[in-house]
Amino acid sequence: MSASEQVIQLEKTDPKFVEEIIEYGSKIFGREHMETITACFQCGTCSGSCPSGRRTAYRTRLVMRKALLGLKDEVLSSEELWYCTTCYTCYERCPRGVRTTDIIRVIRNIAAKSGRMKEQHKRVARLLIRFGHAVPITDEFKEIRKALGLSELPPTVHSYPEALDEVRKLIKIMKFDQMVGYQESG
Amino acid sequence: MAKKYAFFLGCIMPNRYPGVEASTRYLMTRYGIELLDMKGASCCPAPGVFGSFDLYTWIVIAARNLCIAESLGADIVTCCNGCYGSLQEANHLLKENKELREWVNEILKNIDKEFKGTIEVKHVIEVIEHDIGLNRIRSEIERDLSGLKVAAHYGCHFLKPREVRRHEHPERPTILDRIIETTNAISIDYRDKLMCCGAGGGVRAGSIDVSLDMTREKVQNMMRAGADCLTTPCVFCHLQFDRGQKEIEDRMGVKLGLPVVFITQLIMLALGASPHVLGLQYNIIPVRPLLRKIGL
Ligand code: SF4
Ligand code: SF4
Repeated sequence: MSASEQVIQLEKTDPKFVEEIIEYGSKIFGREHMETITACFQCGTCSGSCPSGRRTAYRTRLVMRKALLGLKDEVLSSEELWYCTTCYTCYERCPRGVRTTDIIRVIRNIAAKSGRMKEQHKRVARLLIRFGHAVPITDEFKEIRKALGLSELPPTVHSYPEALDEVRKLIKIMKFDQMVGYQESG
Repeated sequence: MAKKYAFFLGCIMPNRYPGVEASTRYLMTRYGIELLDMKGASCCPAPGVFGSFDLYTWIVIAARNLCIAESLGADIVTCCNGCYGSLQEANHLLKENKELREWVNEILKNIDKEFKGTIEVKHVIEVIEHDIGLNRIRSEIERDLSGLKVAAHYGCHFLKPREVRRHEHPERPTILDRIIETTNAISIDYRDKLMCCGAGGGVRAGSIDVSLDMTREKVQNMMRAGADCLTTPCVFCHLQFDRGQKEIEDRMGVKLGLPVVFITQLIMLALGASPHVLGLQYNIIPVRPLLRKIGL
């Protein structure tokens, strides 16, 4: 990294980004939970605990730092943001009680809402809408189920089309179908 | 009165590892625990995947699943840390936060459902410990697994976040090791025992090589410590280890071959069940070396 790249240009920052993160997650997790991000003192315990950071350029500490600095675009568009497995190791170890993993999920939600969702992820999401299962049954596994004495189809949405309609109705209300590019015809 | 649970199947267990479902049903039936079907249940939906895309959709769909168990008047039991993670967390958040509950219920009205907060969400290993009891299993062991070296993999979302799960300390858990040792097998120590399998958070779907590299590291650590098999109480970790080892071989050229046995399969093996009934023949990584080791 050259020296000029290390300079943060104020006009490229969004000072409201932290508040946006806190606000977005508050309805789910409560405001106090989300506000822990402001307590981060950059010790790096999170990065040091991270199984993804061990093999990639993903740095949990840096996500927190950049979010606090308002480097919104940089945070939202980084490929590494999607390397967190949500293992919660950093969450448990953070000496400041920063709810890192939940904050990362919220940042990812904001990234996804701004059209930065990966195609592979959209595909998984469309499976949920189409089948009610992110991992739907196949003919091969229907046979295995039968061979093991189980019902050919599990007693889930797979067996109850009206239940699948309920799931789809909720997803439509949430406009999640639009977000992941789901079309009725499948 | 016999204990009843609403059996939340999720996606991976019924649709990819039905042997895990069959084994769990055998174990529960044997100890008089009735498993009620949650008719029309969907994907939980996965906490790190759908929770990363849209937490609001995530909690609404999770709440619908919780309502199905509430209408059965039974606590939920699941065999997947992802399902447990989603449903237990959503249940906790909805019970604690009135505003969130009211918002979710407003949406659930459209399908004539209402979250009431009347049930708990349990993981299958809690049911094994608290409802069946390890002493009861120990006294009925029919097949000697002594000498078998098992690498325990807890998975992340059963234990963490601790403030929500409220189990043992997530860095020093014992429950899975204690269950494994009930069968007389040895739960071995190995490097980074509590590390993630690599599957969660949408990493498997979105960045498969990063995901598999974690799996590789973990399986190698287990094998270096002399493991004969690995055992997990999470069917998503189970898939990541079983399928993942094949994918690691295909993509990285690293051949591993450590058999993967779900905790309820391991117990049923010790209780004398045939490996075929438990569906072990459908694993991708052959379990034959493990079966040979226990004299089968
Ligand atoms: S461990 Fe906590 S305080 Fe330390 S850098 Fe990470 S988030 Fe910040
Ligand atoms: S929760 Fe995510 S960021 Fe934290 S240690 Fe695990 S993988 Fe890394």
